[in-house]
Amino acid sequence: MGEVIVITSGKGGVGKTTNSANIGTGLALAGKKVVLIDADIGLRNLDVVMGLENRIVYDLVDVVEGNCRYKQALIKDKKYPNLCLLPAAQTKDKDAVSPEQMQKLCETLKEKFDYVVIDCPAGIEQGFKNAIAGADRAIVVTTPEVSAVRDADRIIGLLEANELNNPMLILNRLRLDMVKRGDMMTIDDVKEILAIDILGVVPDDEAIVISTNKGEPAITNLNSRAGQAFNNIVHRIMGEDIPIIDFDEENKFISKLKKMFRIGA
Amino acid sequence: MDFFSFFRKPPSKDVAKDRLKLVLIHDRANCSTKILEMMKNDIIQVIAKYMEIDKEELDIQISQTPSGDNNESVPTLYANIPIKNMRKVNS
Repeated sequence: MGEVIVITSGKGGVGKTTNSANIGTGLALAGKKVVLIDADIGLRNLDVVMGLENRIVYDLVDVVEGNCRYKQALIKDKKYPNLCLLPAAQTKDKDAVSPEQMQKLCETLKEKFDYVVIDCPAGIEQGFKNAIAGADRAIVVTTPEVSAVRDADRIIGLLEANELNNPMLILNRLRLDMVKRGDMMTIDDVKEILAIDILGVVPDDEAIVISTNKGEPAITNLNSRAGQAFNNIVHRIMGEDIPIIDFDEENKFISKLKKMFRIGA
Repeated sequence: MDFFSFFRKPPSKDVAKDRLKLVLIHDRANCSTKILEMMKNDIIQVIAKYMEIDKEELDIQISQTPSGDNNESVPTLYANIPIKNMRKVNS
């Protein structure tokens, strides 16, 4: 029996889809059978981030309406044979699916896959309710900005009200230079405010833009800092104990080194 | 706290943190204005037993106050209750 993980945030544009794509791909790379579901009906994007946009025949709405069998709608990723995508419909709206239908779909997919990863739409309306309906656990993505953290708090409250307890947080797009100047909240700041466990920290990285341009998730390039961060997140999801890199400490260490050299020179 | 920190502006991330803490208190208290109103009426009832207060001028709000050793802002319940007169209470 697999596990259904929903990736959500409340606020739009904080990186839900990028995180879903990378986590899904990473789990597949680690040998797990994974299906990614794009629950953002009407504004689908997981297909382009995954580079699978040209292969869509059927979509999520077709599956729940019974126009096709779910297997017909799943797009197999050619590069990673363990990975499938169930795309969202682009021409329907969020009401085309009900939470009960999503729950049923998740139950079916859970039997065939190790992980079902759901990319939740922004907002707290119907689309959010659909996306979380069949989930076993939730990951909340936020950036170190006031608006994103505020919305994350609201989402955490709503998840707990829907019995999705102990959601975990990914702090996305952290800029070390700004943290160093005191102009960006740190992991500890966000942790203190939201009182939630941290699943991982993803640094702001050009590699994300480049990989999205190409339609190849950043996790496939472990030389990038973001790719490395996603890889750590994936292994934490699978239950491995990998320490969160404390960028503050790293900075302190580097500045100490710099000081030493200055004294030496 | 070092001597010069008095002249320095706080780093913007601390401003963000303080603002977030306050806004989340309001957000988390599902319909906070209603709750504040209910609390205000309860407070009036209790205090009115002991003193005569100006109910019109009474002001209750959640705000921030610096506290602790590192001067961090903490959310506080602020109440301004003008007293008109003391009541004689038979103890």
